[in-house]
Amino acid sequence: MLEKALSGSRNYWLWLAGLMAVIAVAFMGYLQQWEFGLGITGMSRDVSWGFYIAQFTFLVGVAAGGVMLVLPYYLHDYKAFGRITILGEFLAVASVVMCLLFILADLGQPTRAMNVIFNATPHSMLFWDALVLNGYLILNIVIGWKLLEAERNAVPAPKWVKTLIYISIPWAFGIHTVTAFLYSGLPGRGYWLTAVLAPRFLASAFAAGPSFLILLCFIVRKVTKFDPGIKAMQTLMKIITYALIANVFFFLCEVFTVFYSKIPSHMAHLNYLFFGHGDKAALVPFMWTSMFLMFSAIGFLVVPKIRNNEKYMPFLCIMVFIGTWIDKGMGMIAGGFVPNAMHSYTEYTPTPLEILITVGVYATGFLVLTILFKIATKVKEEVNA
Amino acid sequence: MKDSRRSFLKIAGVSALGLTAASNAHAIGEYFIPSEKAIKDQKVSTADRWGMVIDTRKLNHETNKKMMEACHVTHNVPTLPEKYKKQEIKWVWEEEYSNAFTEIHNEFQSEEAEHAPILTLCNQCENPPCVQACPTKATFKRADGIVLMDFHRCIGCRFCMAACPYGSRSFNFQDPRNGLEDGKPTNPQFPTRTKGVVEKCNFCAERLAVGKIPACVEVSEGALVFGDLSDENSEIRKVLKENYTIRRKASLGTGPSVFYIV
Repeated sequence: MLEKALSGSRNYWLWLAGLMAVIAVAFMGYLQQWEFGLGITGMSRDVSWGFYIAQFTFLVGVAAGGVMLVLPYYLHDYKAFGRITILGEFLAVASVVMCLLFILADLGQPTRAMNVIFNATPHSMLFWDALVLNGYLILNIVIGWKLLEAERNAVPAPKWVKTLIYISIPWAFGIHTVTAFLYSGLPGRGYWLTAVLAPRFLASAFAAGPSFLILLCFIVRKVTKFDPGIKAMQTLMKIITYALIANVFFFLCEVFTVFYSKIPSHMAHLNYLFFGHGDKAALVPFMWTSMFLMFSAIGFLVVPKIRNNEKYMPFLCIMVFIGTWIDKGMGMIAGGFVPNAMHSYTEYTPTPLEILITVGVYATGFLVLTILFKIATKVKEEVNA
Repeated sequence: MKDSRRSFLKIAGVSALGLTAASNAHAIGEYFIPSEKAIKDQKVSTADRWGMVIDTRKLNHETNKKMMEACHVTHNVPTLPEKYKKQEIKWVWEEEYSNAFTEIHNEFQSEEAEHAPILTLCNQCENPPCVQACPTKATFKRADGIVLMDFHRCIGCRFCMAACPYGSRSFNFQDPRNGLEDGKPTNPQFPTRTKGVVEKCNFCAERLAVGKIPACVEVSEGALVFGDLSDENSEIRKVLKENYTIRRKASLGTGPSVFYIV
C-alpha cells in the first residue's frame, strides 16, 4: 500500500518538499547541538528539562487521544467512528514518533540511548515509559496497517488484530499514566507531587488529541474525496467538551488543595506561573492565555448549537489545542522547576536554536502523518469509488 | 592455512596485550569499587555508611571557598564563562541558610543566622531518589552508602536532576574541558567528564580508596567531620551525640548522610 503515497497532486508534493526543507534546516541546527552539547538550549542547572520534554509530554497526550475513536467504536459499537478510527491510529503513530524524537533530542548522550534497554531498570519510570511508548507505536502501526489492508481487499481483518485493538485501548491510558508518573513520583517538586497529575494528563489528552483530529478531518475533507462524516466530528466535539471540563476541574482541585493547605512549597509554583515572582514572570501571560482559552472554550462547547456548527468547530478546536498545549507543555515542565529545590528562582526561555530543532521534530511528525493519511484516504477513496 | 595461523597469532597477541592493559586498569577501577585485595594492600578506608557533620558555626565565606576550591581542583570541575553561569557545574557550594534549609524557616532570627553561608553538597542519601529515577543504573548506591556516577553509562536524560530534592546534581551542558585551563585536567588522577552526562559530589570515593579523607574535609579547619556513621565509637558519632544537628529536608525520607550543627 506504500505506493499510494507516491502519487499525488502538485500541492501534495509541494507540502512534502516544504516539510523536508524545514527538517533539513532544523537538522543543521541539531548538528550544532550535537557538536556543542545541550548548552545551546535555554535549559540550566535549575530548569533541567525544557521545551523538548514539554512537547514530548504534550504529544504523548495527543497519541493517547486517538483512543477516543477506538474505544467507542470497538467497545460500544459506535458506528460513526468506524470510518475514521484509522485516522486516530495513524495520528498516534506520528505523535509517538515525535515523542521519541523529542526524547532523543533531549538526551545528553543520544548514542547511549539503548542503555535503557541494555541496563533495564524497573524501578525507573523512564524505563517503563520507553517500553509503553515503543509498544504503543508498534501496536498502532500493525493495527492501522492490517485494518487498512483488510478494507482495501474488502475482507474482514484477521482475528488477532481485534485482540491487539483490545490491548491497545488500556495501553493508550497506560502511556499517559506512565508519563505522568515520571513527574508525580518525585519528592521535593511540589507542582508535580500530586496524585491528580495522571488523571489531569489523561483529561487534557482526551481534549487535545480529538481536537487535533477534528482539524485533520477538516483538512482531509478539503484535500481528498474522503469524507470523515460530520456525525463523527460532532461526537468528537462532545468528547472534547467533557474532557476539557474534566481537565479544568482537576486543575481547580489542585488549586484548592494547594491554596487551602497553604503549604509554601506547593503554592510557590502556581504563584510563579500565574503571578510571577518579582520581575520573574516569563510565563504569566502564557498561563492566563491558556486559562482564558480553556474557560471560554468550555463556555462555547457546552452549547450544542455552537459545538455542532461546522463553522465554529475549527476555531474551538484551535482554542482547545493551544490552551492545553500551554497548560501541559510549557507550564507543566518549567513550572515544576521554578522555584528550584533551594526555592530560588531561575527562569527558562527556549533559545531560537532550541525552537528550530523543535520545529524540525514537528515537521518530521507531519511528514509521517501526511504519508500515512495519504495512504489511508487513498484506500478509502478507492473503496468508496 | 598460513593466513589463518598468522591471524590466530595476531589475535592471541592482542588478547595478551589486552590482559596486561586490563590488569593495569584494575588499579584505576579500584578508585570506585575497591576489591578485597586492594583493601588489604593499600590503606583503603572502609565504612558501612560514610557520613559527614558540618559545623555551620565554623563556616565563613573564606573557608567555604577553600573547601570548594579543594574539591573542584581535585575533581577537575570546570569554571565556565560567565555567559554559561546558569549551566555551571557544582559539587560543593554555598547557599544562604534559608535556601539550604527551605523547611525550617524561623522568624525573628538574627541577620547573621538568616544569611549564614551554609556549605551544601550531595547528601549521599540512604534512600536516594536519583538512584530510583536513573533508567540505566548509571547512578547507584555503593555498599558504604556513597551514591556514585558511572560517567560512561549515563545517557544524559537528567531524570536524576529532577528527582534530587537538593539541587546537588549538575549536567555537562558542554564539554567541561572548555572550563579547564588549556582544556587540561587540574588533577590528572581523576577523569574529566564528557559533555552530556550528569555529575555530582562523590564523597571523594577515589581518595577513600587510597586511605585519604575527602579533599574538602582536609582543608576545612575542623568545620567538617567525616567518618563511619555505623561505627558507634567513631568520632562522627561522638560529635552527633554531643551536638544538636539537623538534616536538609529530612521529612522527605531520603535519609541524608550529611548532618548540620546549627
